[in-house]
Amino acid sequence: MIGRIWKLGDDINTDILAPGGYIKLPIEQLAAHCLETVNPNFSKSIKKGDIVVAGKNFGVGSSREQAAQVLKILGVASVIATSFGGIFYRNAFNLGLPVVSCKNVDDLKSNDEISLDLRLGKIKNMTRGIELTTEPVPDNLMKLIEAGGLVPSLEAKLGIFKGEN
Amino acid sequence: MGLTIAEKIIAKAAGRAEVRPGEIVTCQVDLAMIHDSGGPRRVKPFMDKLGVNVWDPTKVVLVSDHFSPCTDAESAEILELTRQWAKEQNILNFYDQQGICHIVTPERGHLHPGMFAVGGDSHSPTGGAFGCYMFGIGATDMLGVLVTGETWIKVPETIKIDWSGIFTEGVAAKDMALKMCSVLGMDGADYQSILYTGSTIQSLDMYERMTLCNMAAELGAQAGLIEPDIITEEFVLKAGGKLDCSQKFKCDPGANYFKVHNFDANTLDPQVAVPHSPANSASVVEVDKAEIDQFYVGACTGAKLNDLKMVASILKGKKVATGKRLTVAPASSQILKDATKEGITEIILDAGANLLPPGCGACAGYGVGVLAEKEVCLATTARNFQGRMGANSSKVYLASPYTVAASAITGHIQDPREFLN
Ligand code: SF4
Repeated sequence: MIGRIWKLGDDINTDILAPGGYIKLPIEQLAAHCLETVNPNFSKSIKKGDIVVAGKNFGVGSSREQAAQVLKILGVASVIATSFGGIFYRNAFNLGLPVVSCKNVDDLKSNDEISLDLRLGKIKNMTRGIELTTEPVPDNLMKLIEAGGLVPSLEAKLGIFKGEN
Repeated sequence: MGLTIAEKIIAKAAGRAEVRPGEIVTCQVDLAMIHDSGGPRRVKPFMDKLGVNVWDPTKVVLVSDHFSPCTDAESAEILELTRQWAKEQNILNFYDQQGICHIVTPERGHLHPGMFAVGGDSHSPTGGAFGCYMFGIGATDMLGVLVTGETWIKVPETIKIDWSGIFTEGVAAKDMALKMCSVLGMDGADYQSILYTGSTIQSLDMYERMTLCNMAAELGAQAGLIEPDIITEEFVLKAGGKLDCSQKFKCDPGANYFKVHNFDANTLDPQVAVPHSPANSASVVEVDKAEIDQFYVGACTGAKLNDLKMVASILKGKKVATGKRLTVAPASSQILKDATKEGITEIILDAGANLLPPGCGACAGYGVGVLAEKEVCLATTARNFQGRMGANSSKVYLASPYTVAASAITGHIQDPREFLN
C-alpha cells in the first residue's frame, strides 16, 4: 500500500482514540471525536489511505475495539508504531486494519509518502529516499487481513458464504 | 526444562503436553466473561447475521456493569439489549446490575485455578489472582470465541516479579501496583505474562491479590498470575466454585523467565500517580499537595471489601473537607452487603460521602459521577488517561483507598499514614 503519513507521539491510548463519553454513540459519530484531546482536527483532516505513524505503546488501555474501528472508519489504511498495546493489536487485525511495529519511526515524518509491504516487512519512504524494515506479521494474522477481518473469516470457517440464502 | 504456570495452563487448553514462548496455538476456552459495553450490543448484530449461537451458554458469564444503572435512554437501551440477548442465548450466568464483572465473576464462584479464560475487558487479568490464565480481548475477538469456543494465542514469555517484606500500615496492594507502573512503565511487560511471587504476595488476601493482577493490564501484560494456595482455595470454595487438584498448577523449579524484577515492600511509601498516566507514580511524600474536587472510591481496582475497609479505617469519626465531595461506588452488591453488615457503609456515610450503586460508575466516563471541565479527581481506579472520567480538560490522580480517604478529609493529596497510629 502507498499512503501519506500522519505522525503521532507515544502512548496514544484507547481513551484518546475512542473517548468513553461518546462510546454509546453510533461508530461514525464516535469517530468524529477520535484523537480530539491531542489534535481536535484529526477526524476532519485525515484522508482515506493515510497511514498513522506513532511511537511506543499505541492503543494501550481498554479492550474497546472502537479504538481500532474509528481509525478504519476514518480511512486509515494502516498504523505503524514502535510498539502496540496487546489487545489493540489483536483488535486491529480482527477488524481488517493491518498494524505493524517498526523500531525507527524517527525516519517517518508527517506528510511523507511511503509504501508499506506487510508481507516483506518493508517500508519505502519515497519522500526521503530511505528504506526501513518492520517486524514480520505472523501468518495467521496475514490470513485474517487477506480475508478482510475475523467476521468474513468466521463466515468461511462456519461455511456461511455471503450471497447464499 | 520446566514450565511456568502460564505455559502449563495454555498447554492444557491447547491439548498439548507443553508449549514454548513464541508459538502460536489454538486454545479451547473454559470461560468467556462479557459485559454490557463490549458484549451483546457488539456481538449480536454479527451473530444474527451469521445465524449462529453461543457455543456453550454454561461457559459464558454476562455482567451488566458499565452502563449500570442507566443514565439516559441510550444506556437504558444497551441494558435492555443485554437482557434480551441473555434470554435469546440462554445465558443463565447473567448478573444484571450486581457489580463489576471482574469482581462478580469470581465472587459467584465462576473462576477456579487452571482455567483458560477470556474477558471482554482489558482488566480481565484480574482472574490471574485465582490461578487462571485470563486475558482481555475486544468484541470481534469475543465473537470468535462465542461462536467457536476457541481462540489463538501467542504463548507469552513470563516475567517474574518478586515482592518481599511487609508493608507498613497505610500502604496497600494498590501502592505496589503504582510503584511497578512507575518503575517498569506501561510497557514494562510487552504483552507477556506476569507471575507475582514472594513473601509479600503470599501474605495478601484475595482482594489485594486481585488489585495486583488487575493492574497487570497497566504494565502491558497479557495476564498476571499468582500461584494458587490455601488463601485462593478458601475464597473459591466459599464462593461456591470448584477445586480440581490436578489444575492447581505451580511453576516448575527450572521454569524459564524472560526477566525477574525484585521489589521491597518494607520501604514502600503510599504512591500517587499524577495525570495522565499510571506510570507517573511517585511517593505521596514527593507529590504536590494538589487540591482535589472529587474523591472517588470505585472500580474493580479500588472498591472491593478490603478497599472499603481501608477507607473506613481512615474516615472513622471524621468528615469530608467542606466544599469537597467523596463518592463511593462499591464494586459489587455482595461487597455493599458485607460492608453494611460490618458497619463500614455507616462510617463512610457518616463522613459525608455520596454512595453510588455498585458498578463501573465514573471510572471510564460511561456512568454516574463523571467530572466537569477542569475538575480534578483523586481516584482508587486503575487508569488516569486524559478525559477518561469525564470532560476532556478534567484531571485524574490515582492512589490507594487509604490515600483517597485521608485526602478527602484534608481536601488535598495527603499521606494517609498521618491518620493512622
Ligand atoms: S471499573 Fe473501570 S476499570 Fe474496572 S471494568 Fe469498570 S470501567 Fe473497567
